Amino acid sequence: MARKIIVLGEVRDGSLRNVSFEAVAAAKIASEGGEVVGVLIGDSVSALSGELIHYGADRVITVEDEKLKQYTPDGYSQALMAIVDAESPEGLVFGHTSLGKDLAPKVAAKLNSGLISDVTGLEVAGGNLVFTRPIYSGKAFEKKIVTDGLVFATIRPNNISPLEKDESRTGEASSLSVDIKDLRTVIKEVVRKASEGVDLSEAKVIIAGGRGVKSEEGFEPLKELAKVLNGAVGASRGACDADYCDYSLQIGQTGKVVTPDLYIACGISGAIQHLAGMSNSKVIVAINKDPEANIFKVADYGIVGDLFEVVPMLTEEFRKILVNA
Amino acid sequence: MNIYVLMKRTFDTEEKITISGGQINEDGAEFIINPYDEYAIEEAIQVRDAQGGEVTVVSVGNEETEKQLRTALAMGADKAVLINTEDDLDYGDQFTTAKILSEYLKDKDADLIIAGNVAIDGGSGQVGPRVAELLNIPYVTTITKLDIAGSNATVVRDVEGDSEVIETTLPLLVTAQQGLNEPRYPSLPGIMKAKKKPLDELELDDLDLEEADVEAKTKTIEIYLPPKKEAGKVLEGELADQVKELVNLLHTEAKVV
Repeated sequence: MARKIIVLGEVRDGSLRNVSFEAVAAAKIASEGGEVVGVLIGDSVSALSGELIHYGADRVITVEDEKLKQYTPDGYSQALMAIVDAESPEGLVFGHTSLGKDLAPKVAAKLNSGLISDVTGLEVAGGNLVFTRPIYSGKAFEKKIVTDGLVFATIRPNNISPLEKDESRTGEASSLSVDIKDLRTVIKEVVRKASEGVDLSEAKVIIAGGRGVKSEEGFEPLKELAKVLNGAVGASRGACDADYCDYSLQIGQTGKVVTPDLYIACGISGAIQHLAGMSNSKVIVAINKDPEANIFKVADYGIVGDLFEVVPMLTEEFRKILVNA
Repeated sequence: MNIYVLMKRTFDTEEKITISGGQINEDGAEFIINPYDEYAIEEAIQVRDAQGGEVTVVSVGNEETEKQLRTALAMGADKAVLINTEDDLDYGDQFTTAKILSEYLKDKDADLIIAGNVAIDGGSGQVGPRVAELLNIPYVTTITKLDIAGSNATVVRDVEGDSEVIETTLPLLVTAQQGLNEPRYPSLPGIMKAKKKPLDELELDDLDLEEADVEAKTKTIEIYLPPKKEAGKVLEGELADQVKELVNLLHTEAKVV
């Protein structure tokens, strides 16, 4: 069944987030040969329309307004509902990001629609559009279908491959003027904590530290390694509880769930709550002094040793091969 | 201050997960208050203690959910309400739960509704914002701080590690993120008192809802466990050689760097 699917492109610091290209790819599958309409919302976003088309959107609609400079559920839902009213799509796809998680349920409630959140895969099988998503903190998976109404999903970053960028692709870019009003939540201030470098939820490489890091300064070698690999630094609950780092870095059952290509666990014992947040990473490396540590059971590669010795050596070795590459 | 908490009874995901008959096997498993809802209950109690008023904890569930509601009462909530859907519904999704909760809440004049930002079993994180939308009140998700002054609220929201300071007004729905507070354990006197606190039980009928009004929009067709991971390779030899080998493996074999 061919569908028209709306994809919300997410702009951060003036660029489209990677997850938006993944969302376009997901929408392409969900459209079953129909149309993928990209949507960009913000104060100045229309310059990014072309890029969304290069990644597979058939056309792009932008809503620009000074009041949309920052995300608010009221502002964004007004813009999006105006587009839904104009386009009557059969489905919507957002990223399962902070913004997508906040906005999608509101829009689903407005549309009296179902919503399949945190999708890691989708396919057409047996005449149905089947969504796969992790449940029980990634210890199990479920396959879901829509039984009534719109096909609406948020997709987890780093799981669905984006389409290859094709700069020769063209499509119509139009704008819609929407009267944005009555915003009931107002952002007074944004305190940047995590955004030095790469965002944890979208990072391809994560270097995570546990209690074995021993202090705030102990994270320094991890940060060095992350810098060389263009990755992000994460932490176990133990490290956060001990005040070695901010809770915003926590990965686990409480905290963030991540699925990078490479996860390097340094001085992390591998408590089950931590594994819940990272065990679906593509490749896991464990570095721990204790050969009996639980983390070795989920690791693809392990080094038994002191992280303060191993991590700087790793940084040096990676530096060498990456310089040569 | 009229405060409501939305609570879910969840499977403790620290438990080993097995599947029987296409379902997660619940036999003998430990059930708990969803950990993010514990933050919500704690915050509600703290707001009430500072501002006066009453905390009512509401859950859509089955008879077993009474146990977690009693625990919430033992922590210090004043009242509990169980909306028991056991006899009426075979299957519900987030549309279902949000519809039921909003029907319950629509005439309660809640000043503040607090929920967890996500449940650790289903992990969809939809119910809070859906309920706010159905009640037509503002919401802020994943909050780490809440200050209320009169009918104004200042909220700190966790946005992928950054913090937004948000100003809004009551009535308001917020969802709790880790770091909001340290949930208390029920005290022994708290547990004794909880036995006498009101715990009402409602069914869909009591909310003038028909099954068709809350029928799920989505359906789970399969539940399965992830493929078992093969044991990894613990490297051996001189540390410097191990490091070289690891970098080589990641670069040429796993091709992730």
